[in-house]
Amino acid sequence: MSINKKIVDDLVANDIEFVTTVPCKQLAGVIDEVEARPEIYHIPSNKEDEGMGLCAGAFMGGKRPAIIMQNTAIGVTINTLVTLIQFYRMPLPMLISFRGELKEPVACQVEMAVHTKALLSQLNIPTYHFHKQQDAEELDAILKYTFMCNKPVAILTDATFWGGY
Amino acid sequence: MIRSEVLRDIAPILRDQLVVCNIGLPSQELHMIDDQPTNFYMLGTMGLASSIGLGLALAQPKKVITIDGDGSVLTNLGTLPTIANNVADNFILLIIDNGSYGSTGDQPTYAGKKTSLSAVATACGCDNVVECQAEDTPAVLQAALDSDRMTVIVCKCDSGNIKLPVITKDPVVIRDRFMTAVQS
Ligand SMILES: [Mg+2]
Repeated sequence: MSINKKIVDDLVANDIEFVTTVPCKQLAGVIDEVEARPEIYHIPSNKEDEGMGLCAGAFMGGKRPAIIMQNTAIGVTINTLVTLIQFYRMPLPMLISFRGELKEPVACQVEMAVHTKALLSQLNIPTYHFHKQQDAEELDAILKYTFMCNKPVAILTDATFWGGY
Repeated sequence: MIRSEVLRDIAPILRDQLVVCNIGLPSQELHMIDDQPTNFYMLGTMGLASSIGLGLALAQPKKVITIDGDGSVLTNLGTLPTIANNVADNFILLIIDNGSYGSTGDQPTYAGKKTSLSAVATACGCDNVVECQAEDTPAVLQAALDSDRMTVIVCKCDSGNIKLPVITKDPVVIRDRFMTAVQS
């Protein structure tokens, strides 16, 4: 089974029916898989904070949401994570492409990578890092944990996890 | 007419609907005029009222009215293409356009100058865009509800604020009370 299919199978198995995405080259396959699934309403957003607003609304409407985005989005969404998702205590799994790690070809991505875990830690956001493909075996448990505690939870997926460039 | 007078006029229409209300004075005004469990008050996160409203409308069948401002829509202008391309016929975006950032001291916005938010919404692909004067808002809003079509309303009104207390309700209480009303 492809890793993209495994990831989206876990989303569906956890009743996630509303997924917003902002693209990243590493996430292209998983975004295609989200788009292909009839169980999921896929709504591309233009910016990640907009996407988190959509997810907050979907959650209050009774649908479990998720956001798929790049780690640069942590810089974009700190205010939204703190004043919307955390302040109103809402669950939000964030599947994040961890650009700027080993095998990264674009130097500028490293500038955000060095801040990513520190920012997530400062925000008290539970954070998991998928480096090898078998790390994704924990995804199901991470999703259950997210909807148990009603928090934003970060799943960082690096280039080695995705099979490099 | 200023925004608080528009809200007073439409309060009887809002009363029975799910309402997502913009940060700052709009939420404080609605909270004072007619607090309802069907109101979701934004206490922070400027710009996302329309996104929250759209997500809510797509997730369940009840009608949703987002009360937004011109400044907030300008903050999250990417919301309009998303709304246009994800049609939810139970969604109404009511932009109360007073041409100023009311909650921060009435600094002028570009919507009060050369930029027309109704033209922007139309250009983004929104199918039903209605621009109206403040005093016509109740009739336009009721017509939008009756049409069963996703509608963007741009209500042009004067800038100006009234003195109000901040909302001290706990955000989790606001959210839980609202979700109970959504499900009822
Ligand atoms: Mg304004």
